[in-house]
Amino acid sequence: MDRDRVDRYSYRVMKGLTLASVSLVFVIAFMLFLKSVPILRSVFIFDLLFDSSWFPLRGEFGFYPFIVGTVMVTVTAMALACPVCILSAIYLSEYASPRVRGVVKPLIDLLAGIPSVIFGLWGVSYVVPGVRNVVAPWFGVSTTGYCVLSAGVVLAIMVFPIIISVSEEVLRAVPFEARESSFVLGATRWETVKHVVMRRASTGILSAVLLGFSRAFGETMAVLMVVGNTPQVPGSLFDAGYTLPSLIANNYGEMMSLPLYDSALMFAALILMVLVGGFSLLARVTQRRITRWTI
Amino acid sequence: MDNLGRRRMEEHVFVVLMSGSILVVVGSLLSMVLTVLGKGLGALSLAMVTQTPKGGYYLGKEGGILNAIVGSLYLATGSTLLSVLVSVPIAIYLYEYAGESRRTSYTRRMLDALCGIPSIVYGAFAFTVMIYFRARASLLWGILTVTLFEFPMMTRGMDEVLRTVPNRLRETAFSLGSTRFEAATRVVLRQALPGILTTVLIGFGRAIGDAAAVLLTAGYTDNIPSSLMDPVATLPLAVFFQLSTPIPEVQQRAYASGIILLFIVLGLSVFSRWSSKRLMRYVVR
Repeated sequence: MDRDRVDRYSYRVMKGLTLASVSLVFVIAFMLFLKSVPILRSVFIFDLLFDSSWFPLRGEFGFYPFIVGTVMVTVTAMALACPVCILSAIYLSEYASPRVRGVVKPLIDLLAGIPSVIFGLWGVSYVVPGVRNVVAPWFGVSTTGYCVLSAGVVLAIMVFPIIISVSEEVLRAVPFEARESSFVLGATRWETVKHVVMRRASTGILSAVLLGFSRAFGETMAVLMVVGNTPQVPGSLFDAGYTLPSLIANNYGEMMSLPLYDSALMFAALILMVLVGGFSLLARVTQRRITRWTI
Repeated sequence: MDNLGRRRMEEHVFVVLMSGSILVVVGSLLSMVLTVLGKGLGALSLAMVTQTPKGGYYLGKEGGILNAIVGSLYLATGSTLLSVLVSVPIAIYLYEYAGESRRTSYTRRMLDALCGIPSIVYGAFAFTVMIYFRARASLLWGILTVTLFEFPMMTRGMDEVLRTVPNRLRETAFSLGSTRFEAATRVVLRQALPGILTTVLIGFGRAIGDAAAVLLTAGYTDNIPSSLMDPVATLPLAVFFQLSTPIPEVQQRAYASGIILLFIVLGLSVFSRWSSKRLMRYVVR
């Protein structure tokens, strides 16, 4: 009987922990909202989101430059990362010999474990000079190198392991019979990939990409080190920008000294959370849409 | 025939593109490691890992970053222990007790949402809670912050590991008269141990490498913390702060600290491979 009681009590404890962890999302959102109430009270929300003058000293809080900066950096990163990642994943699952896989896979896992600050170091000493001395002259512009493009490159490499490993798993989950029937009809390997495997795997690959997107969106340190941190709406990829995470990271020190400043930074965290949450919702909806079209 | 030639051509083009992509991925990893090694090896010395910063360290004088190394290890160890305490019960509940239902799939989705929240948001949240309790930045709050973002991914990882445990093991345990708790803790967990250990070590690596979450709640100090209430330095922040000084020698030390961080992370991954292979011996196949 005693054993039975242990079983029942442990069940309750575990259930309680699970419920607590599930409610954490709401607790975080609620706390951040509560902290952003002062700024929402004093500035109209439309002005907060779409005004581009950021002068905390004068009490002007326009988040537009930060929102645009974050989106630009992330979109650049994804535009660079997606082709490379999807092609790599196809290679690893469809073409690579077991030996090549055995070498490349652990390296990709290793890349996943490298701390973001190391990516930042590499960005500062390799990507930034590269953009300044090689890429920018090629396009006929001059830049310090601390710009949206550099941040995009660093972020792209940060999301490589996530997108590659998830898409590869998805591709390998496509049953071999699907490929066989395509080979039987005389298709080449690439045609099989293009018409059969990719079509079946498209939903999974989309969610891999969106996973990478939300990871890139919230990345702080690596971006902070190379993006330039100027509160302006970047006019091109070679201009310095500022992202929401780096805004919080750079200014937490002063935030208690100015009125409304702390509230503004918590509002930045709230925007970040809402945007990331929105993306994952979007991912779910598009996944359902696409699933309808696949076999 | 011409048609076939064109199709073969397309295949060739894409094989070249794909191998190129793999080279880009592997090449960027190598470039990163080599850059950090190349820039930092010159500044790496025994003093770096055995001394705390002396006066004027950030101006290029004597000292090391032992405070940050020890701080990071304290922080990662504490938060990993806490995360295990939270995530093992949740994973067991989700897979062993609750079974597949609408509610568990909802719970899993919520955990995924928690995994997706950027670590700086956890930092900001923990900061507001800390202010609410009128506490100051310290090792304790750092550990709590890191636990918040570490446990969701650990839970999801363990959930996937428990899935791989064959059902016949559970059935055997039940038929011998064990309760669900006994089956879960004595049979399933032991079988899943290699996978769980890998998940825990990945979490530890995340905890040691993250800088954003603890930026607001752990503080920074040149001393090694002697209690949970002391502020604590971390290795990623040490790299960051040293890089932001204008003095070249200190910047070079940032790369040297980066090497130490890389070394810890690589060591973890080697240890995780070795230990899970060892533990596999005690697993029923």
